[in-house]
Amino acid sequence: MFTRVISIPHQLQQVRTSALRRREAIWGFLFLTPWIIGFFGFQLLPILMTIFLSFTDYTGTKEFAPGNFNFVGLDNYARLFSDLYAVPAMGVTLKFALIGIPLGLVVPLYFAVLVNSRYLIASNFFRTLFFMPTVIPIVAGTIIFGGVLNAQSGWINLSLKAIGIEDPPRWFSDPFWAVPALNLLGVWSSGNAMLILLAALQGVPTELYEAATVDGANAITKFFNITVPMISPVIFYNVTLGVIGAFQYFVPAMLIGGLNGDPQRSLLFFPLHFYREAFSFSEMGYASVLALLIFVVTMIATGFLFFFVQRLVYYAGAD
Amino acid sequence: MNKFPFRPHRFLRELIATIGVTGLGIATMLLFLMPLGYMLATAFKLDSQLSAQNAPLWPARAVTYNYQGTDYPLYDVPTEQGVKRLVLIHPYREDSDVLDPTNPEAGIFNIKGRWRTWNPVYQFSPTLENFIKAWNEVNFTLLFRNTLTIAILSTIGDLVSCILVAYGFARFRIPGKNILFLILMATIMLPPQATIIPMYIFFNKLGWTGTWLPLIVPAFFANAYDVFLLRQYLMTIPREMDEAAMIDGASPLRILVSVIVPQAIPAITAVTLFHFFYRWNQYFEPLVYLAGKDELFPISVGIARFVQTYTIYPGRAAATAALTLVLPALMFFFAQRQFMQGVVITGVEK
Repeated sequence: MFTRVISIPHQLQQVRTSALRRREAIWGFLFLTPWIIGFFGFQLLPILMTIFLSFTDYTGTKEFAPGNFNFVGLDNYARLFSDLYAVPAMGVTLKFALIGIPLGLVVPLYFAVLVNSRYLIASNFFRTLFFMPTVIPIVAGTIIFGGVLNAQSGWINLSLKAIGIEDPPRWFSDPFWAVPALNLLGVWSSGNAMLILLAALQGVPTELYEAATVDGANAITKFFNITVPMISPVIFYNVTLGVIGAFQYFVPAMLIGGLNGDPQRSLLFFPLHFYREAFSFSEMGYASVLALLIFVVTMIATGFLFFFVQRLVYYAGAD
Repeated sequence: MNKFPFRPHRFLRELIATIGVTGLGIATMLLFLMPLGYMLATAFKLDSQLSAQNAPLWPARAVTYNYQGTDYPLYDVPTEQGVKRLVLIHPYREDSDVLDPTNPEAGIFNIKGRWRTWNPVYQFSPTLENFIKAWNEVNFTLLFRNTLTIAILSTIGDLVSCILVAYGFARFRIPGKNILFLILMATIMLPPQATIIPMYIFFNKLGWTGTWLPLIVPAFFANAYDVFLLRQYLMTIPREMDEAAMIDGASPLRILVSVIVPQAIPAITAVTLFHFFYRWNQYFEPLVYLAGKDELFPISVGIARFVQTYTIYPGRAAATAALTLVLPALMFFFAQRQFMQGVVITGVEK
């Protein structure tokens, strides 16, 4: 077989490879087709349509057809400035993000380091149990946290009182503590981040630790000078996903605080404000502006991460 | 020659480290699983126990003593002769009429001390009443059936489409592939809010709102997370076998089905479970597309109102939560070895 290929004249061989190449590309595109259709149909066109709607006064009560809506120029964008809830709602979302992103970085990392330790007995058992809450449906998780964080009968506050904290936070009944309470629920189901970090920890070459031990480095030095740089791409990946997720977050808040984001609108997250405008008040034109704002803020935050924070990431393969 | 000499200092250090780390692990685990403990304890006890003074945290009921045809509560009463277990017949403010159950013939006698400071005697006694109430209140069979139908159909769509797309990205030289892959990954940034209004209008025009179609059909068009995970795994599979099959004249589709898929089972398991959990969890889309169609609700939407009532009926809410999480938890436990393997291997390359 090989001899036959080699015996083909040079030019003919080139024709053959380019034909093969084309065949390969056609097959490849064929396999990508489901995603390409989905990308145009369910992502690109809808986002363009959202931009279109943001310049109209369309309300969801009428059928979407010409004549049922008017172009209002930038009115919907101007309305953002007179909207009493938009800025506070963005504040709630930012508060959630600012607490949740560092927590979502540190806690899964702690779990991953713990279950990766060779000193931990039955580490598989621990891995399974630390991951377990991640598979718990968010509605069930919210019910459970509503109970365990109950100001009087919840076990968290009973424990805090038992260790001498006289006046523990009232969590979901307190406008200040309601968001951190949701952050706790978020940390509870951060098993995916833990697994990915665990995989990264297992990929760090052991020679590096051995060399450091020979040089007399202690565990803490090794952690910050070897482990953290080596797994920094995965940490960066987790943080990026955390940032994106934080700006979309609202379901548990709506379950706890209802459409008003009680107590005292402290749980009125920005996406919840969007949901109210779009589907409770049917203000789809204005809601489109809110939706685009979520998208733009997400892009800015992600862009910030890629342009400024990614420098801190160490890529072992690159030089 | 002794290759591994026994070094007592080294051994002691290892032992201390093991005890320390495992102890830390257990402490973290206890804190971490406290919410689940709370849920189980609450689900198996009567709500009256929550408000009762000095009641234990585990499901229990107050022990009573039958005296002349009436049940009276038992208390642990501190006396000069130590703590005594007495039956409280007539509580007063500063003193009470009690009975010694070990010596009932002695009759009722009066004892000094405030009965409210005494500890009632409890015995472990889980009740299924909350589960029965929850089961009767919520149509769990319907909700489970709805959720499973949506989850299974959309998981099939997700698997088929994502495997095809991941195979395309992992194995074929396509012009502009890197840019396409970048676009795919960038769609992770796209918030669902930015597309839901046009999608709602579109599905409404098709007459699909109020049906499961908007929840199932989009799954057949792949998504970035699962394609990424599968592609990462497929790239670790050596090419020798598919090249051999290609020389034998197998078509790319044939190679995918008989060579690639069997080798990618851990990643496929991981994606299947991820997607299934995601569907079991999904709340926003069903809420929008199925508004008003209670008989089509999946479990997440169906039990949402219990979040609001947990303060009034904590036992029933906890039982509902427990019933909801049983199936995903069981699935996870049975598939966890494959699952962990799939995620851990695919996660290695960032």
